[in-house]
Order: sequence, then structure tokens, then C-alpha cells
Amino acid sequence: MLDLINVSYDTQIPNNVGLSSDKRVLKALEKWHPGYINWWNDLIPRQFQDSLVYLRTAISVDPKGWAKFDYVRMPEYRWGILLAPQVEDRRIPSGEHAGQPAWQEVPGEYRNMLKRLIVIQGDTEPASVEQQRFLALTAPSLYDMRNLFQVNVEEGRHLWAMVYLLQKYFGADGREEADDLLRRSSGSEEAPRMLGAFNEATPDWLSFFMFTYFTDRDGKMQLESLAQSGFDPLSRTCRFMLTEEAHHMFVGETGVGRVIQRTCEAMKEAGIEDPYDIQAVRNLGVIDLPTIQKKLNLHYTLSLDLFGQEVSTNAANAFNAGIKGRYQETKIDDDHRLQNSTYPVVQMVDGKVVTVDVPALSAINMRLRDDYITDAAGGLKRWNAAIAKMGVPFELKLPHPGFHRHIGVFSSVRMTPDGGLVSTEEFERRRDEWLPSKADGDYIASLMVPCSEPGKYAGWIAPPRVGIDNKPGDFEYVQLHMA
Amino acid sequence: MAKVIDFQTDPSRYRHWKIRYEGAVAHLMMDVDEAGGLFEGYELKLNSYDLGVDIELADIVQRMRFEHPEVKAVVLQSGKERVFCAGANIRMLGGATHAHKVNFCKFTNETRNTFEVAGAESGQYYIAAVRGACAGGGYELALACDHIILTDDGSSSVALPEVPLLAVLPGTGGLTRVTDKRKVRRDHADVFCSIEEGIKGKRAKDWNLVDDVVPNTKFDELVAQRAREFAAKSGRPADAQGIALTALDRRIGEDGSLTYSSVEVEVDRAKRVGRVTVHGPKADEAPPADVAALHGQGASTWMLRVARELDDAILHLRNNELEVGVLVFRAQGDPALVAAHEAFLLDSRSDWLANEILLYWKRVLKRVDLTSRSLVALVEPGSCFAGPLAELLFAVDRSYMAEGDFEGDNRPVATITLTAGNFGPYPMSNDLTRLQTRFLGEPGKVEEARARIGEPLEAFDANELGLVTFCFDDIDWEDEVRIFLEERASFSPDAMTGMEANLRFPGPETMETRIFGRLTAWQNWIFQRPNAVGDTGALKRYGTGVRGEYDMKRV
Repeated sequence: MLDLINVSYDTQIPNNVGLSSDKRVLKALEKWHPGYINWWNDLIPRQFQDSLVYLRTAISVDPKGWAKFDYVRMPEYRWGILLAPQVEDRRIPSGEHAGQPAWQEVPGEYRNMLKRLIVIQGDTEPASVEQQRFLALTAPSLYDMRNLFQVNVEEGRHLWAMVYLLQKYFGADGREEADDLLRRSSGSEEAPRMLGAFNEATPDWLSFFMFTYFTDRDGKMQLESLAQSGFDPLSRTCRFMLTEEAHHMFVGETGVGRVIQRTCEAMKEAGIEDPYDIQAVRNLGVIDLPTIQKKLNLHYTLSLDLFGQEVSTNAANAFNAGIKGRYQETKIDDDHRLQNSTYPVVQMVDGKVVTVDVPALSAINMRLRDDYITDAAGGLKRWNAAIAKMGVPFELKLPHPGFHRHIGVFSSVRMTPDGGLVSTEEFERRRDEWLPSKADGDYIASLMVPCSEPGKYAGWIAPPRVGIDNKPGDFEYVQLHMA
Repeated sequence: MAKVIDFQTDPSRYRHWKIRYEGAVAHLMMDVDEAGGLFEGYELKLNSYDLGVDIELADIVQRMRFEHPEVKAVVLQSGKERVFCAGANIRMLGGATHAHKVNFCKFTNETRNTFEVAGAESGQYYIAAVRGACAGGGYELALACDHIILTDDGSSSVALPEVPLLAVLPGTGGLTRVTDKRKVRRDHADVFCSIEEGIKGKRAKDWNLVDDVVPNTKFDELVAQRAREFAAKSGRPADAQGIALTALDRRIGEDGSLTYSSVEVEVDRAKRVGRVTVHGPKADEAPPADVAALHGQGASTWMLRVARELDDAILHLRNNELEVGVLVFRAQGDPALVAAHEAFLLDSRSDWLANEILLYWKRVLKRVDLTSRSLVALVEPGSCFAGPLAELLFAVDRSYMAEGDFEGDNRPVATITLTAGNFGPYPMSNDLTRLQTRFLGEPGKVEEARARIGEPLEAFDANELGLVTFCFDDIDWEDEVRIFLEERASFSPDAMTGMEANLRFPGPETMETRIFGRLTAWQNWIFQRPNAVGDTGALKRYGTGVRGEYDMKRV
């Protein structure tokens, strides 16, 4: 009998989808595999490829015991195809087919829509690895380096997950799309990644933490909505990916938290009371809180752009078709069809921000973005609590959703982080007050010196409270290959 | 009175296009202002267009010919990131009346045709440089260009998603140009036209949906190279000065009447008849003495002035006077002068401006052919149906000619004058002259007519030669004409449109006739069907997220 809980290692590709008896897909994946390995090898600097990294690998999709920690060379990481266990008699949760049995095969009429969603999701996974490719060279500790690599290999595995769906369910077109996922590349002029935020640079570790906190959280919300898909294999894939995504957000939240903690500690030690005395704070070799706010402004707003247009036909079509749902669809108490309900959406009318009730179906993106904003606010609360506890008079804020936007109703206006309308000239004049300037970037870059002694941390970041897999503080998370 | 749709614009008023002139190459950027829709109720997202956007494009294409003789290649690009053009705005189409949709499609088709032939007939080549999504009407814009370059960035594609997405057809020549112009194999075309996301990269080239697929980093370089190559093919003069297409001298009356310098339109809404009178050159308005004089006159020279006025009048009537079912053409003036003005241009055809004016006449006359109203010409005493104006006689559905003297009318007896112009320079969309089309079954009659070039032909001769439908004398004229017009205006407009469109274009099919006949007719049928435009049809439901419901019976 097929074991759908434990991962099978009987082929080159670990899986719980019975790959060894599905020769067609196995063949396709084996054909894709070398291209993937090349991509990986070209991406990660050589010395790290040969290093032993303390990574967790999935051995089961059972929520209780799916992860196993051990030293692995990254190119030998067991990337695989892992789907959450099938829910018996699962029903399509939303849209016009709500209540019908979930699809186990792709419905022909939605084939293209499904394929496009999977391709867009798949395109983001390798993109972040590309964006973060040089960060290991400046890791503030072996602990952080290990977390970076864990995030990287899991993003790589998420790519595998999407590629499996494309190759299993979408025939020759799917195989072509799978190849193109390796052809496009973040920031490339030749063939850029599909979404804007995934072509932005991740120049330093604070950006990495902000990215994992804000942008990976967008990824989480998108996965949450795809986990509600009526197409069961997609739903199961995304449910399993979400268990991994949680770690990425953990890296982001604790990472930013540790930067804040170190800054506040250094200020206290030096007796600096004014968080806005930027030069004094910087003289201590830590990142001042106003600059952290600017980084937050940048990554948060780029991530909001990823939710697309507030009123969207594509999102409406996908929801109505049952291809994707809302965040925690099954827990929402309504008819799950939305053909007669409305949802409030911000619009610009005659230069003013107003809220308009629009047909709920067309506001699916807006609703997911609202859920995202609520979700993203949680970490801020904890960061601010830590700042307050250390007695520093400063509060981090999420800027107004109209600030620094390139997509949606706000893309045509310029706003301050407080939501005040300003002219383009004024915005450009004051840009450096709100967004990281070149000088800010240079300063942060100057702090980015590697620290690779076990148990030691760069001076701008505090050590974590607990180690990975409960390892002690001086644990050697990465055994660097020094050839 | 409802808002008048005005087809006149000028560069100072453009909202959706930007142009940069660099010697022989013009860079035309489509950068549609989302908030700049012609009507309320939709936003022009993703470089989608409505009639307003197309009116600007038509103006640009026209000015490119006359104001920029130095331009040999026009590169059409998007001013927006990641999207070339998403095609006609769907919400606009969903909310538009059937008549507006049809008029919109006709006008956009005419504009596509205009720049499509600019290369071959006038040495002004259009190159589509496609980056980002190029879908539906967006791809149809590219299809009408001489050359399509697509970037190979892994996501840019060309697509005709109308069928799967909207349950309508790519109605601006899309289906026809794919098979007839680009000669895409019909099974490939079937695949291409059924997939929403379109085709990108190498396959787009392999299937001949585009001419070049190029790495993104080499895109600008190749575009510049192709522009140079096309410019090198062109015979346009490098150092010529353009003429300014100055604002038309036009007054629009409350009663719908239009008054131009040489064209008058009287609208009788009660009788549903529009009367278009073209005035020949004034007695002191001799043809230009030479080419320099022609350039000096510029937009005011009679041949060009009248063409622009007639063109605007036709467009105005089509879009603003929907219930005027019959258009009656008259021409008053000295036929010898009309013939002389035309002869000057025909003799000076090596000059770019003379050539452009004649080519413009060809387009205006095609616009008349394609006007879905009953067209009638009255050859009355004092008429100047000569040369280009005589073409109107052969464009209309019926013509009536006055025979002999009319009591109390001191104007000269009605005549028709054929010129060399009636035997070549103004072909119809079936690629035949109007006389060849008229005498499809009796080619000898064309030669018989040719032998009479330059002769003022009175009713008897005109009738013998088959140039008019009926001749009536003073006694019968008034009643016959009145009864005919009353009868005509009373028929079902749908049946009239269908009948006339079938009878006007006998003979061989061309890509153009297939676009205006087959494609348009099918599209207009689909535009009426509940599967597209019913309350639960795909076009109506587009954007709501709810799918269209189809009546699955094949008809």
C-alpha cells in the first residue's frame, strides 16, 4: 500500500506521492533535476556548497514528527515532493462549486487559470534564493547563516512542489513552464522574475530579516489562499509548505527583534536617551531605530504591492472558480460564494481616500491584504513591547497602505507614511526621511562583516534566546569548508 | 443632446500617446491615462483602449503622413512596464450599446488598415516592439504593423484571449490577420486563439505569430536595427518639410447640421435623412501652379481640405446620428475645376504630398464604402461629379441623375465627368476600382467608359454607359426621389445594413473584405447573442468573477 505519511527515499526524489509507481512524472522530474542542481550550484558560493550545514529535512508530513535535524551539504539536501495528508471527503470550500467534492484532477475549464497561479507562486520561490545569494558571505553568526540556508533550501523545496504540480497535471505546457521557472532570474534584465518585489535586491541582513518578515508573510497569505483551493493536490501541497513557511517568518521576526534589542542595549549602555540622535547611535556600531523604521517602510510597502489591484477580475475569477479561497476560508461564517455580498475597498475619488463597498467577489485581493496587515501587526506589537521594556521612547509603525505604492489605487498618488497627500516634488524631496537612503544603505553595509566563530555574534545583533533544535549557544551550526 | 463624439484632435490634446521624433524614426509610446476614458464607468487599466484612445491614434497616423514626411519607420512601444497593451477595454465594451461597439470596432479597424498600408504605399513602416503582455486588441495593433519584435524575457507573450475569456472574437482583424497576413497554420491558429495566456518566446516565432524573438538585453538594439533597416527601404524624402494639418473650419449646429468650408451636411432627423453636399473649388480657386505652390497651400488646398471635411462628416454621422438611415450625396460646382485639381495631383505624384493627398482620398472613399447607411447620390443641375467626386457615384447604393433642363433652374445641365482617377488610384477594399466592381460581369463597359474620359456626360450618355441607376426629367424627378427616400428610410435598418454590405462588395475577397465582411459580421452576430451580452453572458459578467452562462446549443 502507498505510504502517504512517511517520505519515501526509493527514488532520487524523496516523496510521499508514490513517485516510484508514476513513471511518467518521475521521468519528467528526473529530467528537470539536473537543471535544478545547476541552478543551485551556480547560485550559492562554492565554499558554502561544501560546508556541512545543520539543517532539518522532512521525513514525514505528520505534523508531530516531520522534521529531522542533521548536518548536510546543501547540494545533497533531500529536496522532495511532499503533500499534506489527504483529508477524507474534502469538499470545495468556496465559489460557485462550493460543497462539491474537491477535484483530484485538473478541471479542463480551469486548467489555464490554475496553471497561471501555480506558475506565479512557483516563480517567487527560487527568486528569494537568488535575492539572498550573497548574504552568507556577511553572516553575523553561524546561527544566522544556518537559518539563511534553511530558508534557502526550503524555498528550493517549494519550487519542487510547484514543479511537481506542473509536471504531474499540466502535460507538455507544464513541463515548459517548469523549465522557465529556472530560466527567469531575480533582477535579471534578460528574464526577470514575474513580480516586482522579487526583483529587488536584498543587500544586507536587515533587509533579509525584513524580507522574511514582510515578504514571506505575503507568501504565507498566498499559500493560505491556495491551501483553500478546490484542486486538492494544490491544497495539500500548500498546506505542507505553510508548515515550513512559519520558520521563515520566525527568522524574520526574531531577526528584526534581535537587531532592535542590540540597538536598545547599546543605547542604554552608552547612556543615549534620544533614539533620533542617529549619529550618536551609529557611533556605537548598531543600527538606529529610525533607520529600522525606514527599512520596514520599504519592505512592507513592496510586499503590499504583491497583493495586486484592490479590485481584481483575476482574483474574482479564481475565487469563484474555487481555485483559491480566502484566508482561513473554512472558518469564515458566510455562504462562501459571495455573489451577493460586498466588501469595503479604499478608492481615490477626486483626490480623496474614500471607502467604497464593492462586490465582495471583486475584492478578494483587498480582503487578503487586510488580513495580511492584521497578521503583520502582531510582530510589531512584540517589537514595540521590547523597546518599551528597555525604556527607549520609540515606536515602530506600519505606514499607511497608501505610502510608496506602485500597484493599485494608491499608485497614482504620493503619500506620507501617515497617509497625508503630498505632491510628487515634495515626496521626492522628503523621500530620504521615509525610505532608506544611499547613505543609510552604506552605513548598514559597513556593519556587514562576517562573524563565523561558533557562539559569537556581530556587534549589531543580539544572540537568540534559544538555539535551533535546542542546541547550546556555542553550537557549530555550520561547519565551514575552508578549502 | 447626448455628448458629441468628436474625431478631431491635435497633439496638444493627446492624453494617451507620446511621440519622440528622431530623424527617420519616430517612437510612438502608448501610455494610456487610466482616468482618460471617453465615457464614465470604466478605467483604462493596463494600456487598454476605448474610442478616445483610438481617435488619438488615428490622428497620429494621419499627421505622421502629412506633417512628418521625413519619418520612414515608426516604432510602436508601450510606455508602461510589463504590459504592451491589454486590448479594448472590456468594461467599456460590456457597458456600451451594440451600435457603439460596432462603430468602435469599425473605426479601430479603419485605423489599423491605415497604418498597415503606410509602409507599402507610402514608405512609412510600422514596427511593433512588444514587451510585456500583448493581448487581444493589443496583439491586433501589433498584427497591423509591418514587423513584430517580441522580447524573450520568459513572461512576455502575444495572445488573443477573446474566445476563452469573453466569449467574443478578436474583432479588429485579429483572426483574419493571423491566417491571411501572417499565414499561421490553421491548427496552430486554433490553438493560439483558444488559450487565454497566449504564446511566448520561441514558439511565437516558430508559429510566425511574431517576426523576431530576442533576448531582453538585446531588445533595444534589435528594435533600433530593424527600424534602421525599414527606414533604409523607404523611398520617402529625407529633407522634406511637412505641412500642418490645421484645425478644420467646422460648425456643428443644434439640429445636427455640419458646416465646413466646402462640405455641408443637413440632418433631417424626422425623415432620417442626411444630406451631404460637397462644393467644388471656387471659380477663382485654380489648381496649384506647381508643386511648390501645393506645399504653400498645405492643408488649405481644395483636394486635401475636402477630403478631411468629408472624412470628418462621415465619422460624425456614423457615430452621432444613429437614426439617420439614408445619406444623400450631392456635389455642386464646376466639374472641370474638380478634374483639374485632381489632374494636378495625378501628374505630380512623384511629389510626396501630392501622393499622400491621393492616398488619403483612397481611404476616405473606402470609409464611404464601409458606412452602414443607405447611400444615394443625386446628380442634379450644377453638379460637379468629376474624378474623385464621381467615385462617390460608384460608391453609393443607387444614383439618380437629372435629365435635361429644369424649369426655373439656371444652373448648368447635370453632367458626370470621368477622369484617369476613376480607373486606378482609389481601389476599394476588394482591390478593384469602383467601376471594375460595378461592371464585374461586363468588363468591356470599363473600357467603354475609359474612352470617354474628360467628356461632360449628360444623362443619356451616362445612362447608356451604366454610370447611374436612373435618370429622371424635370417632371418626374421630385416625386421619384422623394418616394425612394421615404421608402428607403422605412425599411428595417438591420436588413438594409446586411443587404447593402453584401451587394457593395462583389468580386474577389481580400484580407480587408474578409475583416469587414466575414469577421465583422460574425462578431456582430456574437455581440447580439445572450452568451456574450445577455445578463449572464461572458462579456456582461467579466470582472465580477462569476462565469458567463452559455446556452450550449450550437446554432
